[in-house]
Amino acid sequence: MSLAAYVARRLLQMVLVVFGVTILVFFLIHLVPGDPARTMLGVRATPERVKLLHEQWGLNKPLPVQYERFMERLVRGNLGNSLFYSVPAGRLVLDRLPVTLWLIGLGALFSVLIAVPLATIAAAKREGVPDHAIRVVPLVGLGFPSFWIGIMLLLAFALNSGRLFPVGGYGSGFVGHLHSMFLPALTVALGLVPILVRSLRASLLEVFEADYITTARSKGLPERRVLIRHGLRNAIISTISVLAVSIGFLVGGTLIIEQVYALPGIGQLMINSILARDFPVVQAVALVFAVMVVLVYLISDIVHAALDPRVRFD
Amino acid sequence: MNEPILKVRDLHVEFPLARGLVRAVDGASFDVIRGEALGLVGESGSGKTMALRALVGLLPRQANLAGGEILFEGVDLARASTDNLREIRGRQVAMIFQEPLTALNPVMRVGDQIAEGPLVRLGYHRRRARERALELMGHVGIPDPVRRYQAYPHELSGGMQQRVVIAIALSLEPKLILCDEPTTALDVTIQDQILKLLESLRSELHMSVVFVSHDLAVVAQTCQTVAVMYAGQVVETGPIEAVFQEPRHPYTLSLLRSVPDFDVVRETLATIPGSPPDLAAPPAGCRFHPRCPFVQPDCTTGDFPLRPLGGDRATACIHSELAVDDVRREPVIAGG
Amino acid sequence: MTAAAEPIVEAAIVEHRRGFRRRWYRTPSFVAGISILGAVTLLGALAPVVMWHDPIQQNLLASLQGPSWSHPLGTDQLGRDVLSRVVYGVRTDLKIAVLAVLIPFCVGTVIGLVSGYFGGWVDSIAGWAVSVVVAFPFYVLIIALVFALGSGTRNIYIAIALVGWVSYTRIVRGEVLVAKRREYILAARAAGLSNLRIIGRHLFPNVITQAIVFSMSDIVLSILAIVTLGYLGLGVQPPTPDWGRMIADGQPFLTTRWELATFPGFAVILTALALSLIADGLADLLRPE
Repeated sequence: MSLAAYVARRLLQMVLVVFGVTILVFFLIHLVPGDPARTMLGVRATPERVKLLHEQWGLNKPLPVQYERFMERLVRGNLGNSLFYSVPAGRLVLDRLPVTLWLIGLGALFSVLIAVPLATIAAAKREGVPDHAIRVVPLVGLGFPSFWIGIMLLLAFALNSGRLFPVGGYGSGFVGHLHSMFLPALTVALGLVPILVRSLRASLLEVFEADYITTARSKGLPERRVLIRHGLRNAIISTISVLAVSIGFLVGGTLIIEQVYALPGIGQLMINSILARDFPVVQAVALVFAVMVVLVYLISDIVHAALDPRVRFD
Repeated sequence: MNEPILKVRDLHVEFPLARGLVRAVDGASFDVIRGEALGLVGESGSGKTMALRALVGLLPRQANLAGGEILFEGVDLARASTDNLREIRGRQVAMIFQEPLTALNPVMRVGDQIAEGPLVRLGYHRRRARERALELMGHVGIPDPVRRYQAYPHELSGGMQQRVVIAIALSLEPKLILCDEPTTALDVTIQDQILKLLESLRSELHMSVVFVSHDLAVVAQTCQTVAVMYAGQVVETGPIEAVFQEPRHPYTLSLLRSVPDFDVVRETLATIPGSPPDLAAPPAGCRFHPRCPFVQPDCTTGDFPLRPLGGDRATACIHSELAVDDVRREPVIAGG
Repeated sequence: MTAAAEPIVEAAIVEHRRGFRRRWYRTPSFVAGISILGAVTLLGALAPVVMWHDPIQQNLLASLQGPSWSHPLGTDQLGRDVLSRVVYGVRTDLKIAVLAVLIPFCVGTVIGLVSGYFGGWVDSIAGWAVSVVVAFPFYVLIIALVFALGSGTRNIYIAIALVGWVSYTRIVRGEVLVAKRREYILAARAAGLSNLRIIGRHLFPNVITQAIVFSMSDIVLSILAIVTLGYLGLGVQPPTPDWGRMIADGQPFLTTRWELATFPGFAVILTALALSLIADGLADLLRPE
């Protein structure tokens, strides 16, 4: 099948998954025993308010009908109103999204910059001293809680003697953002590097020791050409898959890092809304997170299919 | 004249395992006559693949060449520099592999893979390299080369893939082709086609071939001389009809007897009792002695290198007459 | 595996046949992991005997003290002994993590077995459910679930179960897809054995090894999840010692008493290291060839 047909098929799958995601998000409220309206309002519950919510959300109607109304509003871009701020939840999310996107983008960049060279050296000099040293990273690194890494970085670079970076916040202007985002992005990256190094090293090894590399060498091709023309192209393909999964992790990791560094992103929004029991906002953020991840997977699948001729033949 | 194009003397290949050093090839010697095919036969683990790869320095990462001479047209490849080896690969000596699918780069069109050699090593420009590739594809029997040029390896059948691998091997017009069980992974009918192709290419292009296989029938079909390997050593060499009709080593005899013959109905399939030795701790003396039907007391100690017997034959067995007597009584190949 | 490596693998197969029992003590990663984990668990189990301070006893007069003979790691903001709390944390975090992995292991394995073996619409639905769960970043889902269910230990188990089954399903299903084409399964079916018997007696023992290896890494993930929830205030509730909570409590005092936030982190890292070593060792030992 052609690339276009593949993309179409994947888009369809994505729609189904997003559909499932909305069901999950919708049911979040209904997991809690008791009257959802009362739970939502918490201490602010008065009989009038409860009744109002019941009407607004159709909570007395059967579940499928509720879900239908939920989806109707969703499709029109209405994610409900924040109970706390009395503004549309969608707008709250949109306001804070840039911060999180900064964190994701810069974090992804840092992880690639750190992990790819490490994995390449380890794979190229397999079983050598650098390889053994680098392999310690996934082993020990996987146990580091990401927020703890953040705190340690703060300790080292933002407090006491080394006041190189601000303790938190977003800063202003491009350079200000970069400065404020540096440590948080580094924290995110360091959390990701152990997994990345392990996976990348394994994929690269598979490529370096493949039979077609031997074939290329048997033609007497210069080593450089063997590694680049034959090795690299295949290596990039495996790398993309690994990177995509990592970005999935990364997106989730931003949630906690925003807490550590007090960044006004959607992660912090979610946590605050949880603590304030602001259901609509929590739903909205969860939905946005899921859609982001699905998009990342979709893009990586398409890029993979474009680069690897074996893929379309599913 | 019939000067050997390749002379291998006392080749040693080893690789370390946790339990000890495995001597995959422990003193192998054989000659390849110019323009002829040498069959290198043996069971799995006999060291034949390692020996083959060692010839051009394409051993797997863990293994290394530990000794011996590899005289290719007078140049010792065992002592050649990496650059010299690379120079010789492809142009003088090419290789064909067992698994064609994994031997081809999955993300590169097959035509480009064939054209790559001439493009990079012979300095052809793109169009000429492409024409050469198409020519080669036709030569190895790939129908509709123009369309197949664009294909990726996984789009081709096993037989086609192997033809591509052969085309790649021929692309730089080498003098010697090393084949590592090129038909083992293919269907029987395709096997036959590929073997015939290799044979016709050899005679047409006057190439020399080393053909590694565990299948005696295949070797009998395609080769003029044979070297039999057991437990990392070459135990017998000679012209193929002579060796198969009257083997001068008990292992060769046992091997021949264990091949099922459609013309002779036997009650049981003959097998060689026991199993091949652990190459990290081989038996003392002749390596085959624990399984040899003619074993003698003096077989259990000492070294047993190949000894020439005249008529281009050589054997490592010091009691080869026992094997000869046995086969005269009960021939393997009826009538020859 | 490349064709070139086959002779080497054949030689190595003789080695692997010796079996798990005789080899486990010769696998350094496994031994190291078990030793460290054993030491940590022992320390945690013996904590009431070994630690000379009560981890939840407050002493506001002695708060935020530095290291001393009586308090080797100092005291926290409520005057509690930090060392005790760190050691007692094993009893909380490690225990919950191990228990929390059991349900997803069982549920995920069953779903994987069934969907892999029967295929068809069962498999499609299971696959769709997996995609939906996987679409959510792990922590987002965990936090959202804990939010909906409320914080506290019981709900941690539920949240981890609801999210964690996915990995086991994928692993087991993958193994089943490969195994069900193997000859011993085809032979069992030809012999007319019931599906249940095939799955239970023949398929299960052969596909479970990868899941077991993964479960070790999964415990690490669980510990991290529990500790993260604790940091956010959504996890194990005070005064029960929890490493995440300790780190959060210690964060405001980084400039003066950095030990408060640092040492609980070391405890997590050490425990996770032990489990990762065991996982690596198991992976080596249980390798199918």
